[in-house]
Amino acid sequence: MSLDKATVARIARLARLRLPEAALEPMAAELSAILSFVEQLEAVDTAAVAPMASGMAMRLRLRADEVTDGGKAEAILANAPEAIDGFFAVPKVVE
Amino acid sequence: MALLEGETGPWEMVLGLEVHAQVTSKAKLFSGAATTFGAQPNSQVSLVDAAMPGMLPVINERCVYQAVRTGLGLKAQINLHSVFDRKNYFYADLPAGYQISQFTQPIVGKGSLTIDLASGESRTIGITRLHLEQDAGKSLHDQHPSLTYVDLNRSGVALMEIVSEPDMRSAEEATAYLTKLRAILRYLGTCDGNMEEGSMRADVNVSVRRPGAGLGTRCEIKNVNSIRFVRQAIEYEARRQIEVIEGGGTILQETRLFDTAKGVTRPMRSKEEAHDYRYFPDPDLLPLVLEPDFVARLAADLPELPDEKKARLVRDLGLSPYDAGVLVAEKETADFYEAVAQGRDAKIAANWVTGDFFAALNGSGKPIGEFTVTPARLGRLIDLVGDGTLSGRLAKDVFARMVESGEEADAIIEREGLRQVTDGGAILAVIDQVMAANGDKVAEYRAGKEKLFGFFVGQVMKASQGKANPAAVNQLLKEKLAP
Repeated sequence: MSLDKATVARIARLARLRLPEAALEPMAAELSAILSFVEQLEAVDTAAVAPMASGMAMRLRLRADEVTDGGKAEAILANAPEAIDGFFAVPKVVE
Repeated sequence: MALLEGETGPWEMVLGLEVHAQVTSKAKLFSGAATTFGAQPNSQVSLVDAAMPGMLPVINERCVYQAVRTGLGLKAQINLHSVFDRKNYFYADLPAGYQISQFTQPIVGKGSLTIDLASGESRTIGITRLHLEQDAGKSLHDQHPSLTYVDLNRSGVALMEIVSEPDMRSAEEATAYLTKLRAILRYLGTCDGNMEEGSMRADVNVSVRRPGAGLGTRCEIKNVNSIRFVRQAIEYEARRQIEVIEGGGTILQETRLFDTAKGVTRPMRSKEEAHDYRYFPDPDLLPLVLEPDFVARLAADLPELPDEKKARLVRDLGLSPYDAGVLVAEKETADFYEAVAQGRDAKIAANWVTGDFFAALNGSGKPIGEFTVTPARLGRLIDLVGDGTLSGRLAKDVFARMVESGEEADAIIEREGLRQVTDGGAILAVIDQVMAANGDKVAEYRAGKEKLFGFFVGQVMKASQGKANPAAVNQLLKEKLAP
């Protein structure tokens, strides 16, 4: 499978990555190579295998419904570029 | 079927609802931070909820248990194997850049719910699925001229997204669906149903078509937060779509917002590719596998739900379907009624609760649990009528005083001397007094004007300040007035 420039530009936009025009073509080639590598798996006949979400023979572990965390607003906000009155403050998001 | 009349003929609306219901739990879906409403900003946030690098989600068993119980309450298929996916999008209140949700393999599959309409009819509405997901944080846009404030307390709180089939055909059906769903969640205790605090929010899908035609293009109205607004949004949106189509236009599939102040829907600023969420299984979480025994145990422990309770009140207690429906609509009301009816005449209890009690409760504006009249007090009042201490009419007076003063019936009766007079001698004395004062009417009555009997009853009751036993008054009056 190979990706064209337009698809790469779209993926970059969805991921909020700024790729200069000149980088699109090389990136398309790189991503296509990765996809081709993974495509080798298609050689395996999986007709009789149920789709899997994980390859591990383990089950999801569950946690008791107890409050064990929180109460550290200062730590949560410590890396925020701007915080006011206990809130993160970000450039206005208008909807 | 409710059709809308347009310029060019009748239209039918097709409605489906996606309800986000906050799971009742102490801690969040994947972290140990608390879920209490109204806490200080960012005080209930763990490093998982803030999406700090390297933090891993661990699922809360209570949330799983609540989702399965809700699925069982909706008579739905429980999927013993379900998967958590990442739904990717960027927004300031979504620190991870993705929401953990369930996409292709939700925990609950197809189910159904019965709605009750004002006409007395019932309809079954299909449930497509129920899945577990995280809530996002909360953005406040009106606190600062150029900044948006973000509070992550809600980030990571467990939500159940409950999706209906497009089975509803009127705003009434949609509101009946929401009302019933809310009641079921509250009976189950899986969501508190508090729409003001955002515990329940609805996305409404609206389209219109000619009766019997294929589906029209739909618009989704996001985040409607009251049952009344759902009705208004649907009515406005269906009208808008009919006008667009009849004016020669076409409906664009889009997401709209309901402006509660103006009562209109308007398009959200739509971004191209806004709906490309690039779902994929969350590599931090393994599939959720449930044991059949676990599901069977939860099924066995399910409480009686509104439909079953209503059927039982009609079948075993002889209530009318209407009264039973009113009493089961809210769990607290049903509990109150059952406490009053316990060991008493079920119909008399129902008449009291749906009559004087509801009127006074609604007038007070208080929740039933904080109202002055408790089940025990109302029950005692009913007993005082049963044993002859009070007549029905006196009981209404005593009830009104109980509501006002918050006292028990016995204290009011004692102080105000409201005990019913059943003593024949005392009643006869009043009758003699009334007859003496109305000699002309006595003569007319005896001459055949029997209609006057009611007048005498009224006068005697009035003279006794309503305390005379009405049955005794009737009987003694008949004897005394006989020619």
